[in-house]
Amino acid sequence: MAKDYKLEENATGRLVPTTINGEKAVPYQGVGKYKPTGKKTAPPIATCADYPDDGNKVVGNLKTALLKAGIKDGMTISTHHHFRNGDFVTNAIFDAAAKIGVKDLRWFPSASFPCHAPIIEHLKSGVVHHIEGSMNGPLGEFASKGKMKGMGVLRSHGGRYQAVQDGEVHIDIAVIAAPTADPFGNANGLYGESACGLLGFALADSQYADRVIVVTDHLIDFPCYPWQIQGNYVDYVVVMDKIGDPEKIISGTTRITRSPDRLLIARMAAQFLRDAGIMRDGFSFQAGAGGTSLAFVDYLSRFMREANVKARFVRGGSTEFLAEMLEEGLTDYILDGQTFDLKGIESMREHPNHVDTSPFTSYNYHGKGMFATMVDAAILGATEVDVNFNGNVVSHSDGMLLHGIGGWQNTLFSGCTILTVPTFRNRIPILVDEVTTLTGPGELIDVVVTERGIAINPERKDLIKAIKGSDLPIRPITELKEEAEEICGGKPGKPNLGSRVIAAIKWVDGTVIDAVRQVLD
Amino acid sequence: MGKATVGTLGEEKRVDCNIHLETKKSGGIDLELHSKVEVMYGDANRELIREGLSFFGIKNARVIIEDYGAYPFVLRARLETAVKRAVPDINDEFLPEFRDKCLYKSLRGRFRRTRLYLPGNFPNFMINAGLHNPDGIILDLEDSVSPTEKDAARSLVRNALRVVDFYGSERMVRINQIPMGLEDLPWIIPHNTHLVLIPKCVSCADVQKVDEKIEEIKKEENISQEVFLMPIIESALGVIRAYEIASASTNVVALAIGLEDYTADIGTQRTKEGRESFFARESLVNAARAAGVQPIDTVFSDVDDVEGLRKSTLEAKSLGFEGKGCIHPRQISVIHEAFMPTEEEIEKAKKIVTVFLEAKERKLSVVSLGSKMIDPPVVKRAENIVRLAIKTGKLDENWRNNGQGL
Repeated sequence: MAKDYKLEENATGRLVPTTINGEKAVPYQGVGKYKPTGKKTAPPIATCADYPDDGNKVVGNLKTALLKAGIKDGMTISTHHHFRNGDFVTNAIFDAAAKIGVKDLRWFPSASFPCHAPIIEHLKSGVVHHIEGSMNGPLGEFASKGKMKGMGVLRSHGGRYQAVQDGEVHIDIAVIAAPTADPFGNANGLYGESACGLLGFALADSQYADRVIVVTDHLIDFPCYPWQIQGNYVDYVVVMDKIGDPEKIISGTTRITRSPDRLLIARMAAQFLRDAGIMRDGFSFQAGAGGTSLAFVDYLSRFMREANVKARFVRGGSTEFLAEMLEEGLTDYILDGQTFDLKGIESMREHPNHVDTSPFTSYNYHGKGMFATMVDAAILGATEVDVNFNGNVVSHSDGMLLHGIGGWQNTLFSGCTILTVPTFRNRIPILVDEVTTLTGPGELIDVVVTERGIAINPERKDLIKAIKGSDLPIRPITELKEEAEEICGGKPGKPNLGSRVIAAIKWVDGTVIDAVRQVLD
Repeated sequence: MGKATVGTLGEEKRVDCNIHLETKKSGGIDLELHSKVEVMYGDANRELIREGLSFFGIKNARVIIEDYGAYPFVLRARLETAVKRAVPDINDEFLPEFRDKCLYKSLRGRFRRTRLYLPGNFPNFMINAGLHNPDGIILDLEDSVSPTEKDAARSLVRNALRVVDFYGSERMVRINQIPMGLEDLPWIIPHNTHLVLIPKCVSCADVQKVDEKIEEIKKEENISQEVFLMPIIESALGVIRAYEIASASTNVVALAIGLEDYTADIGTQRTKEGRESFFARESLVNAARAAGVQPIDTVFSDVDDVEGLRKSTLEAKSLGFEGKGCIHPRQISVIHEAFMPTEEEIEKAKKIVTVFLEAKERKLSVVSLGSKMIDPPVVKRAENIVRLAIKTGKLDENWRNNGQGL
């Protein structure tokens, strides 16, 4: 493919494309610098006269629904990732699209997983032109090798909402896989075989897409309540035998890591919150569902009990660990963005203070505030961190695109953002001189907790002062990096990258913070 | 022309590699490297392999390496073993540079509450072991290494001793049973081994043979530093001879018991309650105390049973043991906590130490607390508790002068 873009240096000095797949793109200008004006976008006006009075919008199958929705070449089809690696719907959509014979679709998922590897065939055959969303596993490798026709675009969960709301991405057809729905299109993720908790990642899609299709394997009589997705946005309802694999959608039990090194990191992160005085009555924090995060929650709960401290709210990624904190009274609320296990779903169903949230409430940077800035501490991971505290979550040191951004960029706005990472992993340095792909600017990353010590961003003089007197090993980040290099055998070599940009990395405000290059063999 | 293979056996391959080496008559070095870290360290690896081959004087060879992210010290050790297997008359050691971080010393009377066993032919756990702060780290050449891999483990353990930072933990090696264990010593003694564990020890001759061999190596290598010994008693006969074993050399600083083999030896099964080994454990404590060395308890092998470990450690403490073996880093903090003196113990110990010091200052020959006379062993135990309280942060170092005294 010929290059149809120019490169320009953004505020971080990274060269980024100024057009992406033919549309204009704004280079990153700095945190809080880019403030677009004008109006948000809006979906077309609909008329009740066009919809059945009995509220029954059920049509025969996915193909029929796509045809009725007017699927055409070049359209944008959106999906959500609440089913994670157990999603059956996405592949069915593009198989149907292939049968219909349309080409050059843009797939706009909130995230992709290894189960979506079959999309590679549709990329090769031309049914799908490119992906805008995370590219994990096989899709990431396909894109990294330069095999995808168009340029990929990676956005955070909040950035995806912002892009839809601002009209940067126009969704022609949204397909919302729903564990429970009624014929009118009201839907939720709380009940049914494929229960996943909530459906917040599909909110923007329901509100702004031209056409909305709800697909379920658990159709109940009207009303389906709670209506996490409102039927008033929905055009068609399709019933499939199975929309997902329950075992891959959520885990039966979530397990704390057994790795002694990760446990050490988790304990130090929890101790940091305690010793720096962030853990105090009425505080809040956010942690994910990875093994280290769970261990962190476990240690922090212990410290909170010892100190008789209670949180006002906890943001998740909910799991049984957060649910137990709520039951025990260690927190007043769970503000949940994504539910990871059975106990989390049950808690959301049963407990009035386990509240479902969306990228709009929590992460949308072009809104009148967002929850993310109100969280006292966020505990996150990264694939690389550099000596300037810049973080990378999308690629590895070998240059391959392997992960999505998720809510990572959005949560950087917390009062104290902590990255928990090993200094190196299996001879791959994680602390480096310069991140391969810049995903989050160092000015928003406050603390890096590693197995060999804790580095505090020198800009955070308040934190440096607050942690004085603690017995935690506080060390300069350069020293930790040098120790990792000494163990691994010197400075790591760089990947052999081509000049072609295979994906653009968006910042939370829609500007381009970095570009991912093709990996040459 | 020789041919040899060395490397990881089984599933666990991380940070290790497989090397296949075949020496040839001509054709130069034909190196084929498949590496998980090709982008980061492929070139560095090739350079290291070429440097090694030239060090051993090998000019023509076919070398195939599957690398799973082996650290340089691992790659060096594996190459050395492959070369020595292919060309048995090569004796040179391809030594990595001795890092400053590996040169610290140990002390005869230091705490030995925890000693973490690491399989000697398995590099993955070595790098971060010291981060979990065990009192000692044992690089094991004995039971965790299969008989065919002893040579590979020896060079790996030697390289680890020269390169890996154990962050202040005592640097221990468990050698093989005597006499085979004597062959292990030249691989480890020149590389700042603080303490040698002698497994399945049954006589004071075992200890003396080790002691003599160490002295011989120290003389050759011009090493003046003491190398401490910890015999492990693992048999009925060993238990009977525990005292003579413990006093066989002034280098013995601790006496440990290994219950897995002992219970088999007396014809029974090991239980969690441990009634079958009560006699052996208490005999060992008695013998160690009589010889003036630390009595150290066996390992607790159920890694997931944290409560069981805590109970077992508290029991060991009540029997008079000063330490316990670990097979997983997660056990370390549990054991340290269990060995931590209670507030009551500390208060009592402070009183005893205080009256002892006062009596000494006043040159009194009799120490008494209230109406009770205090004998030297009681003072010694109290001093030990105070020292442990200071080490574990429960008591300030200057407690006598800063208001924490009496």
